[in-house]
Amino acid sequence: MNTATQTYSGKAAPEDRLSPSEREERAMAEFAHHFGAYTATNLESCIHCGMCADACHYYIATEDPKYTPILKAEPFKQAYRRESGAFAPFFKLFGLKKKVTTEQLEEWQELLFDSCSQCGRCSLICPMGIEVAEMIEIGRRGMAAAGLAPKPLMDRAKHQAETGQPEESDRPYSEVLQDIARDHDLNVALDKDKADILLCLPRTDLEQNPESVAAMIKIFNKLGVSYTFRSDALIAENYGYYAGSRGLQKRITKRITDAAKKLGAKLVIVPECGHAYTALRWQAAEILGEELPFRVRHVTEFLAEQLEAGKLKLSKVNGESFAFHDPCQLVRKGGIMDAPRQLMDAMGVNLLEMHNKKGFSFCCGGGGGVNDLDSARELRSRAQQLKLREIDDTGAKRFLTSCSDCRVSFNEAGEHYDWNKKTESLIELVATQIKE
Amino acid sequence: MTLLEFSRGTMLHIALIVFVFGVLWRLVTTFMLGWRKRKSEWRTSAGQSAVKGAIAVGNRSWPHPEFLNRTAFGEAVGYGYHIGLFAIVLLGAPHVVFWKNLFGINASWWPTIPSGIISVVSVVTIFLLLIATIRRYMPPPLRRISNFDDWFTLVILFTLMITGVMAVFGIGGRYELILAAHIIAFNVLLIWFPFSKLMHAFYILPARFFIGYTHAKKGAST
Repeated sequence: MNTATQTYSGKAAPEDRLSPSEREERAMAEFAHHFGAYTATNLESCIHCGMCADACHYYIATEDPKYTPILKAEPFKQAYRRESGAFAPFFKLFGLKKKVTTEQLEEWQELLFDSCSQCGRCSLICPMGIEVAEMIEIGRRGMAAAGLAPKPLMDRAKHQAETGQPEESDRPYSEVLQDIARDHDLNVALDKDKADILLCLPRTDLEQNPESVAAMIKIFNKLGVSYTFRSDALIAENYGYYAGSRGLQKRITKRITDAAKKLGAKLVIVPECGHAYTALRWQAAEILGEELPFRVRHVTEFLAEQLEAGKLKLSKVNGESFAFHDPCQLVRKGGIMDAPRQLMDAMGVNLLEMHNKKGFSFCCGGGGGVNDLDSARELRSRAQQLKLREIDDTGAKRFLTSCSDCRVSFNEAGEHYDWNKKTESLIELVATQIKE
Repeated sequence: MTLLEFSRGTMLHIALIVFVFGVLWRLVTTFMLGWRKRKSEWRTSAGQSAVKGAIAVGNRSWPHPEFLNRTAFGEAVGYGYHIGLFAIVLLGAPHVVFWKNLFGINASWWPTIPSGIISVVSVVTIFLLLIATIRRYMPPPLRRISNFDDWFTLVILFTLMITGVMAVFGIGGRYELILAAHIIAFNVLLIWFPFSKLMHAFYILPARFFIGYTHAKKGAST
């Protein structure tokens, strides 16, 4: 547990010079922000049955009890009991609940960031109905406030809030987008002043999967809708969300929401990226404290709507068998159960379902920023092995998903385990099968 | 005043007061922390989500099949001793008399289970509690997250169950003394209840409802 701590503490954080007591105060203030009836009910309900471990891919892969999900929420739970619970004055008076210390927070860094992808499977198994994943998310927020979020996530979050890009790149991503369009003989709508739809892209696709970017352009051109990409709001991922920083998440969110408002957009399309969907679809309005004047849809949702309306026509694939990975943030936490299957059905995909599918799907192992942490590589690999085995068990020849972050994870796992499948994008398949 | 008189007189009354006010205090302080109005565009209306929340209250009692291969044994043991405890407490003839006297009601409709069956249920329940205790120590995740609350609650339950069986079978000493010990253990349980995880008996309803409701609003899995 100390390895990660040693990697991250001190120089990891932007507020390096904070004293331990300042870190503790900041963490407590952030925790206190989340003390409400809903959260309190979750924290009060735990019966210590340990079942959440049986849903967690990190625990199942390692059988190490420190990965028990509810244990990851311990600092937050402890803070609640001491500061806000029914018997808080009693606990404080007799010293029965200790203050959350910097040492404790540092010890929890690995548990909150490296070994939780916020997939939410633990919330489904809990017999009490505790939203364990949300408790862990609040734990992350406390860590970020205390300046103890992992450096790779915090640096990218700050950079993205400042510039719109999580990292320096040789060229601005808007130029990369134009090059991809040019390479594929496509016209791309970029930086229009008015449009009905604002499109965003995963930076991983811009960097690693240009075919996916081209697929998005091709599909939206073909549909003939009024859309645009915006240079100032191009990247869908929200590293503020990964890092647990409310402030940075808000600034990054505002880049997109402000651009959409300025455009007069009626719709913002989240590309194949699960956490971007959570950040925009379910958290943007909450973190900004206002209802959004536009709808937010995942690209598969939007295309399924177009399919139903008869505006999207797809030809059939050649009958090969496919397995499909349901990205956690889209399916289990986001409710997009049917849209990908509607699209696959329209393309005549011979879908061989995994044992754990839809809401029960295992995480790819790398969501929630885990892909970005070198310190999590070994644990990630072990969790990925579970998933690869399940995919192979379907007997499918090809493998699809609808999240670029999941693709990054599967590609890494594929290389590590010399896997015989390539992870393909559902949107790329749609673009291939779209009728001219 | 004998020990038996004290246990079912003064001590019981104090225990009941602590139980009632403690439970109310814990619930009220939880819910008074307030609700945040959510502003996202929901997939499901509040009414339909509330229905799904109510369904989740019941549904969560039955584990999802996807998890059963890892949790079936623990679930079966948990269900077993909960059912045993409820049967003994609510349908055992001496307990029914106790409740009727406590609440001052006649309730001739209140059914009881024959004492022979209750005795068997009691022994099985003690056995299941023993397995639950061993399980709390055996699987590493359970051992890791167990704390004083878990162990003390188990101690009280064992004391309660064993003194009850001793009283029924007339073993271990004078009946009045064993019965007094049994009632004292019950009083301790009542006093401990609001401060402990035993509160899950109350929290189970809102917790399950909330997850059902909020997930339904997003169209997410419940």
